[in-house]
Amino acid sequence: MAFEGLTERLQNAMSKLRRKGKISEADLRDAMREIRLALLEADVNFGVVKDFVKTVRERAIGSEVLESLTPAQQIVKIVDEELTKVMGAEAVPLNKAPHIPTIIMMVGLQGAGKTTTAGKLANRLKTNDHARPLFIAADVYRPAAIDQLQVVAQQVGAPVFQLGTDVDPREIVRQGLAQAAENKNDYVIIDTAGRLQIDEKLMQELADIKSLAQPNEILLTVDAMTGQNAVNVAESFNQQLDITGVVLTKLDGDTRGGAALSIRAVTGKPIKFTGQGEKLTDLDVFHPDRMADRILGMGDMLTLIEKAQTDYDEKKAADLAEKMQENTFDFNDFIDQLDQVQKMGGIQDILKMMPGMNNVPGLDKVQMGPKETGHMKAVVYSMTPAERTNPDLLNPSRRRRIAAGAGRPIQEVNRMIKQFKESRKMMSKMSNGNFAGMDQMFGQGMSGRLGKMAMGSMVRKQKKQKQKRLKQARKRRK
Amino acid sequence: MGLFDKIKQAFTGGAKPEETAAEEKYDKGLEKSRKTFGDRLNALFANFRTVDEDFFDDLEETLIGADVGYEMAVKLSDELRDEVKLRNAKSQQEVAATIVEKLVNIYEAEGTDENNAINFAAEGPTVILFVGVNGVGKTTTVGKLAHQYKEEGKKVVLAAADTFRAGAIEQLQVWGQRAEVPVIAGKAQSDPAAVVYDAVQKVKRDHDDVLLVDTAGRLQNKVNLMNELEKIKRVIAREIPEAPHEVLLVLDSTTGQNALIQAKQFKETTNVTGIVLTKLDGTAKGGIVLAIRSELDVPVKLVGLGEQINDLQPFDANAFVYGLFKDLIQPEKTE
Repeated sequence: MAFEGLTERLQNAMSKLRRKGKISEADLRDAMREIRLALLEADVNFGVVKDFVKTVRERAIGSEVLESLTPAQQIVKIVDEELTKVMGAEAVPLNKAPHIPTIIMMVGLQGAGKTTTAGKLANRLKTNDHARPLFIAADVYRPAAIDQLQVVAQQVGAPVFQLGTDVDPREIVRQGLAQAAENKNDYVIIDTAGRLQIDEKLMQELADIKSLAQPNEILLTVDAMTGQNAVNVAESFNQQLDITGVVLTKLDGDTRGGAALSIRAVTGKPIKFTGQGEKLTDLDVFHPDRMADRILGMGDMLTLIEKAQTDYDEKKAADLAEKMQENTFDFNDFIDQLDQVQKMGGIQDILKMMPGMNNVPGLDKVQMGPKETGHMKAVVYSMTPAERTNPDLLNPSRRRRIAAGAGRPIQEVNRMIKQFKESRKMMSKMSNGNFAGMDQMFGQGMSGRLGKMAMGSMVRKQKKQKQKRLKQARKRRK
Repeated sequence: MGLFDKIKQAFTGGAKPEETAAEEKYDKGLEKSRKTFGDRLNALFANFRTVDEDFFDDLEETLIGADVGYEMAVKLSDELRDEVKLRNAKSQQEVAATIVEKLVNIYEAEGTDENNAINFAAEGPTVILFVGVNGVGKTTTVGKLAHQYKEEGKKVVLAAADTFRAGAIEQLQVWGQRAEVPVIAGKAQSDPAAVVYDAVQKVKRDHDDVLLVDTAGRLQNKVNLMNELEKIKRVIAREIPEAPHEVLLVLDSTTGQNALIQAKQFKETTNVTGIVLTKLDGTAKGGIVLAIRSELDVPVKLVGLGEQINDLQPFDANAFVYGLFKDLIQPEKTE
């Protein structure tokens, strides 16, 4: 995922402030410099950075902040608020036409991911709204662009309207819309060719298609890895076409994604979706407020919960919670767990959404690919049912047998059993409301003050809830 | 130092070097980026009155604005600060000259003794592997290069090892038709290493000169996909021991700081021997080249300057720097 690099630097800046009881203007200036560089390193446009830092500084310089008892926290709050402001406060849904069809036009530079995004979008509309989308193939320039759209469309299960590459794109769109009207498609997605924003001829073509099709939504597709140039591109497309929204693609790379901040700040147009992978389902709604929290390392519990709700089997979750309480978590549950986690996008993604977890050093090295998961499963499947439910049975002889059965070295089996036992111990601790041992889970412990604070508040909340539970239990007894 | 003198000479009355067709092309393609870069620096000088900290903060920002990168920009502005003090440069022109000279020097320091030409096998077929993230222009580059080599009279074969992306094989086949060279392809979603194996066999059997291998775009942080690339490379090396003779990383020049990470990661897995900088006909970048040159010792070998089949040029550092700083030095002459 993107943004972690940005997070790390911003948090460093913040933690320096936190160490001081009282903050002088010089401290503030240092912190602002750090923030500025953090944003610049993440490819946020320098103009945007300048404005941002200026606003934060002005707000922070107000005497009540510096003289308050918790100046650092006040500044974090200001940065969080301003970051949210820059990125837009709330997620903006897709525009919808009052009468069908809703026409969506995809525009952008070459190689930004327009066709892939078009496919993902159609897939999303199909699964969520039971829509019947029609693609119009208006990229007549790049070799095999139509083939690409057709393959994508086939995967989605939606028709493509195309007239080959010898017809003017305007004409293709005109006829395509006629066909959509005839077939009563409720969504039309026009896939246009990639072009440079300074290519006047091709930009005119887009303007013509726009006035012809009157699209409800013009989505500018931008590669999240774009540097300072993102602003030029977005501004120019916006000026010439008055775009309605932005899709940020390739966010599953390790880019810091500063383009997200600049584009919104410069065009005022919302980022509606983010592309996070190569599968058709890898399109997410962009929640600016949550992203701001995430950048500041406050975690994104909301998304995590939503993800859990959609991907997690509720009954299984309830079972698991019960098992954790009773401390009867066994290898069968472990496998279930693994499957669920994998469905939710892997352990790294989940950890990063938890408050304070995304700046734990070494966490980026926790690589749990499908291969590792497969190995772990093989080990468990080589156990007898009795061994799976009662891991304490596993003596060296049994372990040797399991290793041979799974085709994995015995060390790996040993390691896995050890890890399993540890996590079981931790779960029993956690279910008793004690999170204190959790930081040991990562070996080096939690670093970063924000992280510690987040953990602290989690522990406190847990304790409070436990007290509440106990109180209620007592009441009930009375 | 030599280059700077050359540039200066070009503007201060000395014999104006003949602009070759390639340079003109650079000029045309770079007009936009040069303007932005030059304009920004010029704007900076206009505001400049005394050499103070604000000025260097601004300079730092300008360099970052050109995608030079934070580390690089800080390093540059520190060096420039010392240089300006050292020379006691006070006037606008003096500071401008110092800055330009320093930029060119840094560019050249990395560039000496480097082989910018494509490395060909002394004997037998040459294999060139193209790698990069999604949507940077690998297939287009392969197509353009195939055309070039074909024109030079070489027997060229293309391998469609991007079996993943929808329509990628067809795209390469179209380029194959345009350049009139055979394309070895498998089924979509098949093992790319198998396609490469077939292509290598064909090249060996028919004594072809050049094999260009187009691979699927992959983000550098996807471990499995990077392993796949390693496998492709292994298959090539097993069949032709000294191959691949070039592993070219295709970089989109609009990419920001992530380009460096890409270069580092791909270098680690596939030992990248050169870089192809594409889409250089777009707006403002330039800076990324400085950063790539300074942080990695991989030379830029080719640049893409447009969508036509002929719009691929060998990278010429002199022409590039010349094009980039042309407008910047010009005011010096007129004033």
